Amino acid sequence: MLKIQKICFSKQQIIYLSYYNLFVMQYIQQVAFLLLSGFSIWLFSKNIIQIKKNILLGRDEDLSDNPGLRWKNLFLLALGQKKMFRNPTVAVMHLIIYAGFIIINVEVIEIILDGILGSHRIFLTPLGNYYSWLINFFEILAFGVIIVCIVFLARRNIVRVKRFVSKDLQGWPKSDANIILITEIILMSLFLIMNATDQVLQNIVPNHYHSTQPFIISQHITSFFQGYSETKLIFIERTCWWIHILGIFAFLNYLPYSKHLHILLAFPNAYYARLQPMGTMQNMKHVQNEVTYMMQPELAPTGEAQPMKFGAKDVMDLSWKSLLDAYSCTECGRCSSACPANQTGKLLSPRKIMMDTRDRLEEVGQSIKKNGTWIDDGKTLVNHYITIEELRACTTCNACVQECPVSINPLDIIIELRRSLIMEDSNAPQEWNALFGNIENNFAPWKLSPDDRDKWATEL
Amino acid sequence: MTETNGQQNYNFIHPIKKNHMHVPTMAEFIATGEKPEVLFWVGCAGSFDQRAQKITKAFVTILDKLKIKYAILGKEEMCTGDPARRAGNEFMFQMMAYQNIQILNGYDIKKIVTACPHCFNVLKNEYPVLGGNYEVIHHATFLQQLIDEGKIKMREEGQFKGKKITYHDSCYLGRANNIYEAPRRVLEAMDVALIEMKRCKSNGLCCGAGGAQMFKEEEKGDVRINIERSDEALATGAKVIAAACPFCNTMLTDGVKNKEKEEEVQVLDIAELVALSMQES
Repeated sequence: MLKIQKICFSKQQIIYLSYYNLFVMQYIQQVAFLLLSGFSIWLFSKNIIQIKKNILLGRDEDLSDNPGLRWKNLFLLALGQKKMFRNPTVAVMHLIIYAGFIIINVEVIEIILDGILGSHRIFLTPLGNYYSWLINFFEILAFGVIIVCIVFLARRNIVRVKRFVSKDLQGWPKSDANIILITEIILMSLFLIMNATDQVLQNIVPNHYHSTQPFIISQHITSFFQGYSETKLIFIERTCWWIHILGIFAFLNYLPYSKHLHILLAFPNAYYARLQPMGTMQNMKHVQNEVTYMMQPELAPTGEAQPMKFGAKDVMDLSWKSLLDAYSCTECGRCSSACPANQTGKLLSPRKIMMDTRDRLEEVGQSIKKNGTWIDDGKTLVNHYITIEELRACTTCNACVQECPVSINPLDIIIELRRSLIMEDSNAPQEWNALFGNIENNFAPWKLSPDDRDKWATEL
Repeated sequence: MTETNGQQNYNFIHPIKKNHMHVPTMAEFIATGEKPEVLFWVGCAGSFDQRAQKITKAFVTILDKLKIKYAILGKEEMCTGDPARRAGNEFMFQMMAYQNIQILNGYDIKKIVTACPHCFNVLKNEYPVLGGNYEVIHHATFLQQLIDEGKIKMREEGQFKGKKITYHDSCYLGRANNIYEAPRRVLEAMDVALIEMKRCKSNGLCCGAGGAQMFKEEEKGDVRINIERSDEALATGAKVIAAACPFCNTMLTDGVKNKEKEEEVQVLDIAELVALSMQES
């Protein structure tokens, strides 16, 4: 009897102690969670503000017209991923990752609320039976994401799809892509393991791990954890929960340094995409005025003419939209694999144009941040990042613009850099100088007399 | 400039013997106090390039047969500035645009048809902001409309009926301006057996001429773009490669010659195909 009493007492003591521990642990966990989430959101905001500053270093351009059509583009191209469906198989796989990413974020809301309030599965009580249905849906998505990420890893590293093994991606960009895919696999696996251990714990600690229906995917791995002790299970469940949410915070802060930023910037980039037919080149108003004043001097304003810049040598000379383009690029390489110059072995790669622009913009942005103002570093986008040979290979065919799923226009950058080469540096291949001479003198690109322009009409 | 002298090859394009067809100019119209329905913008290639001149002649033959009141600018027409602008020479583009718009507005031009997608793109998309506002139509669309209206009737036993033909999309007609169907509808009207290349419509591969590449040596690479494209066209087994752009025509013709296939495979403009297939009125 005595022996039994003693055991009962010590059991009560243990229960008391463990509640105390749980309370302290819970309290520490809540505070830690609040601090970590606050820090990660602060850091992310700081980096996004820096990126916005960098983008606004670009030339001003008004792209606020026709909001109706712009919203339509945002829904169709960014949210609806319309252009991805040019290749339906890849589009469906990408959609699974994307849906997983967006929809599982609803679960992240629960995780964050649990983290702050110290609750467990806070949505369970209000949602009742619907809760299991919701988690099942998330689990199916999570499983889908894992499968697709594995396929995507294989496409990059085993199948070696041509656009993924291009020299554009040597070094960091290649690792970046793999890091993203592996991280997503880990995050989704943690979510499933967490749910599996939770289900085992429901029978062991029912007052904390509230009873739910078996979850559709994770129920198949519960047997793996069946023999584990309570402590071990709680440890695994909590660890999964923590690494999952920390992983999400880390991933959030990885975005500004990664090609993965497209998940956010695809939206503004689709909204601000040019609305004219693709063939339309942007007019240079100041050159137009200059020519008008030359032809009609009476229209010329009096006073000193403002010094003018023609085209772009560096990122600050490009439109802010081109800079937003650069940050939106996910380096998928659809542009380059459709580019006639790239396909026939020329140096030009529209993807590299976008990556170079982002790299240079980051460099300029860092320098301004460090020095407070822009100090010329003797480098420019053209020459130091993008060579003249690359620019000269473009046929302006718009295949790159057509292909880009996130509404990037590499041609705009190519044209602006070409303008600077010709008009600022008089740097043209000899044949182009002959072309310009012919247009000027014969009003045609060839050295043929303008008097013969309608000679064909006499031969009918 | 790449000239194409394909002598006996293209002779069949002109079934109509010299009938001293007159091509009226805007200046002549103004002199009589009349106005044409449409201005035919010939373009530099159509005016000067020996191969493209045949396209021009085929197109005016159609206009003449249908008794369409059209005019050309003649010696008053100038380069639209397209190659200069795309090479990066905005000054030269603006100079050409200014002069062309002065002439077009001076004649109070309302509607323009052209057989060159580059001229079409500039006139339609880039002149309005400079004060040149016209209804601009490419000859592919123009011909399609004439067929739809029943004005162009194809001969029962046209020489291209049932013939394997592939159509090469010009970038400045297709991607740049979203015109993919009109040229295909024109071909279908001739009952040809249209075979598409793998890279067609919005996936179409450039011929290599755009962006002022026509006027310079290609950059270093593994293969020329026009060879890559004409090889793809030849691989379809088509006997005719149809184009709707004088520059594509030149590039593809060169590519076909490179494979010494010029005896078997013709590169023809849709206007030439129509001129050869339509009924005499």
